[in-house]
Amino acid sequence: MKNMKPRLKVREQEAVERNNNFLEVALGYSLEEAKQEALRCIQCKNPRCVQACPVRVKIPEFIKLLLEDALDESFETIYDDNILPSICGRVCPQESQCEGACILGIKAEPVNIGALERFVGDYGMDKDLADKPVPASNGIKVAVVGSGPAGLANAASLRRKGYDVTIFEALHDYGGVLKYGIPDFRLPKDIVTNEIDNLKKMGVTFVKNAVIGKSITIDQLKEEGYESIFIGSGAGLPSSLGIPGENLSGVYFANEFLTRVNLMKARAVPDSLTPVKLGDNVAVVGGGNVAMDAARTAKRLGAKNVFILYRRDRKSLPARLDEIHHAEEEGIDLRLLQNPVELTGEDRIVKQVKVEIMKLGEPDSSGRQRPLPTGKYKTYDIDNIIISIGQKPNPIIKDNTAGLDTQPWGGIITDEYQMTSVEGVFAGGDVVTGAATVILAMGAGKDAAHHMDEYLKNKHARTS
Amino acid sequence: MYKIVDKKSYNQDVDWMLVEAPLVARNAKPGHFVILRVDVDGERIPLTIAGIDGNNVEIIYQKMGYSTKLLGEKNVGDTIEDFVGPLGQAAHIRDKKHVIGVAGGVGSAPLLPQLRAYKEQGAKVSVILGGRTKDYVILKKEYEAFCDHVHITTDDGSAGQKGFVTDALNPLLESDDTIDHVIAIGPVIMMKFVTEMAKKHDRSIDVSLNPIMIDGTGMCGNCRVTIDDKTYFACIDGPDFPGEHVDFDELMSRQNFYKDEEHACKLRLKKQ
Ligand SMILES: Cc1cc2nc3c(=O)[nH]c(=O)nc-3n(C[C@H](O)[C@H](O)[C@H](O)COP(=O)(O)OP(=O)(O)OC[C@H]3O[C@@H](n4cnc5c(N)ncnc54)[C@H](O)[C@@H]3O)c2cc1C
Ligand SMILES: Cc1cc2nc3c(=O)[nH]c(=O)nc-3n(C[C@H](O)[C@H](O)[C@H](O)COP(=O)(O)OP(=O)(O)OC[C@H]3O[C@@H](n4cnc5c(N)ncnc54)[C@H](O)[C@@H]3O)c2cc1C
Ligand code: SF4
Ligand code: FES
Repeated sequence: MKNMKPRLKVREQEAVERNNNFLEVALGYSLEEAKQEALRCIQCKNPRCVQACPVRVKIPEFIKLLLEDALDESFETIYDDNILPSICGRVCPQESQCEGACILGIKAEPVNIGALERFVGDYGMDKDLADKPVPASNGIKVAVVGSGPAGLANAASLRRKGYDVTIFEALHDYGGVLKYGIPDFRLPKDIVTNEIDNLKKMGVTFVKNAVIGKSITIDQLKEEGYESIFIGSGAGLPSSLGIPGENLSGVYFANEFLTRVNLMKARAVPDSLTPVKLGDNVAVVGGGNVAMDAARTAKRLGAKNVFILYRRDRKSLPARLDEIHHAEEEGIDLRLLQNPVELTGEDRIVKQVKVEIMKLGEPDSSGRQRPLPTGKYKTYDIDNIIISIGQKPNPIIKDNTAGLDTQPWGGIITDEYQMTSVEGVFAGGDVVTGAATVILAMGAGKDAAHHMDEYLKNKHARTS
Repeated sequence: MYKIVDKKSYNQDVDWMLVEAPLVARNAKPGHFVILRVDVDGERIPLTIAGIDGNNVEIIYQKMGYSTKLLGEKNVGDTIEDFVGPLGQAAHIRDKKHVIGVAGGVGSAPLLPQLRAYKEQGAKVSVILGGRTKDYVILKKEYEAFCDHVHITTDDGSAGQKGFVTDALNPLLESDDTIDHVIAIGPVIMMKFVTEMAKKHDRSIDVSLNPIMIDGTGMCGNCRVTIDDKTYFACIDGPDFPGEHVDFDELMSRQNFYKDEEHACKLRLKKQ
């Protein structure tokens, strides 16, 4: 390991430049670069990286195939376990999954598995490798609620197993958070569109503007002959701080802010019909990916001072490491151990945020040190504040489906086969776990397809 | 794409439209609304479901700004890009004996199915329809078909009583003890004054709140309103709420936050 080359950095747009555009920040590897980085993998017999991958992508295998110039096979290897490699290569928290476990990380830096996955994923996307013949319909109708990563993965797997699959999406566009939440500078929207087109080519039917529970209920889907249903409706309902002044104008939830910019294309201001009003001084509350995305988006829209308020310390920030680095490079100020306690305004428009200085105490149930109040306060002048402290499932399906058991916070309860308390109805992704990650949602969608297949086979065996 | 099946104009500002949308029609009830996008680059705007006819959905809209004007340029046979619903909670039809509906302008559209539901339940129903001028008092005939009393007010006196809806409501609440419930739908400022009046006369009141909305599924939080110091999302918890504790001033301020940008949209419409 002595002669090990250092981890090869991915080329990036310069911070000064990218602060003025929404183009992707990380530019990715060239083939030569990818192979150079791939050479660093020592092809472990018992690869720790695979164990740490939520969907067990055969990492050393795809890396080896890449080195052998067998790129098609390399893609197939990833695709076997992960149908969204171009997306996951870009947005997975690799440092706490595969790369966090990579053996090289103990003494040096881990293999850049994310960048390699992205490279191979993009190669496969350019060559349309996912466009493969699928079995003809077996005539059994299944419905998928929501077109986020959970729903897309579920639909793809079920279609490959021969089912007649229809995805119902509440919004006017498909992709869930991948479309309306994660900004272009991290995940260009044409990648998401491409994945959706792949599903359409496979024969999955997409129905937009269909709010399940309202436009059609789960019971009505059953009446219409959908023999099994997957709920992948995500966790879209924003949590609030519960402090005075939260409903002042100029206070956004990250979802509103990002939806205006991404889904409704407010970044084309002043032409957009759904613009976003932003002043010079913008505070963002929270320390996850959503907060980083909101802060960096605000910067790109021209806000001069953007700062993040987070009540714990730096090492507790839940965002991807890359995004924290990128945010700081772009001039976003991290104000750690500060917790907003009050918003005040003039003429009902927010003007100031008062924060309490926090200190760290004993570890809490999440294993992180609990932030404790100190009784010391600070006040900042702001024009806007964007709240990004978490999301939970919206209540529409829960309120309109008799017998569907949910957690007190709204999450749908499932058994070990991902079936809900309603027979034939399965669920997975953020709607079950609460706000989590793309890869977990995708994995849950895929696993549920397996359980639904078993369920349907049993059912048909019983009835025939 | 959603086909426009029928269309007519009540006056130069207000149109009625029938849109083919089976997924909306199927489960729609009084109080529900839709969100539509006129074309692929359109914004998402909410409109109340005024009625259902088989697979078709009735909407009545006032051409306020860019999107509603764009909608007004569409004709029978044209299509609307997106049309989703039924959203929100259906109106809560309470156990009341004599209900008076108060409508400001185009508010008479969402009020109609609610009052009709009260009538069908056996309550006596009266209505006050207010408008700027005679032309802006819409749906008078439809109300006359089932209401026990129809009162009209106009700002200029061109029809009915000259004045605001509150000028007609006050004497009725003072003189008619049988009225045990008020529903007010219209501009926020009107709902605020009607609510104050109902409170003064000790009558219960429901209002229909119209904050700016984007998704209509509880995702963005733009539609939040404060009632009795608690936050609600109008798109999933409402849009109808008991009026007594609504923070109307906050709602007005939040509605106005994008005034300048909406103005810019109108300029763009003029330029075209
Ligand atoms: C700004 C932001 C940044 C993020 N960054 C990352 C990241 O870098 N890495 C990462 O791994 N994860 C990230 N996440 C989290 C990740 O996006 C989610 O965990 C993931 O998208 C969950 O997938 P899902 O399919 O369960 O739900 P969603 O992606 O939320 O999709 C659910 C879909 O269901 C639809 N829906 C809801 N209700 C209904 C209904 N009643 N009827 C029909 N359709 C309905 C919704 O409109 C939506 O399209 C981020 C999240 C956000 C908001
Ligand atoms: C639940 C609900 C039901 C409604 N029902 C009806 C109805 O049946 N008939 C009708 O004529 N109007 C109705 N409205 C109001 C209607 O949505 C707005 O008039 C419309 O969005 C104006 O858009 P615009 O571009 O034409 O005008 P703009 O010039 O953009 O706006 C004019 C005014 O409309 C409001 N508005 C603008 N955008 C939105 C938005 N996205 N969501 C909500 N309000 C907005 C603002 O207060 C603004 O000041 C309803 C609103 C809500 C929330
Ligand atoms: S742990 Fe690291 S070195 Fe080992 S196989 Fe995985 S990527 Fe290669
Ligand atoms: S309109 Fe977005 S949450 Fe209500």
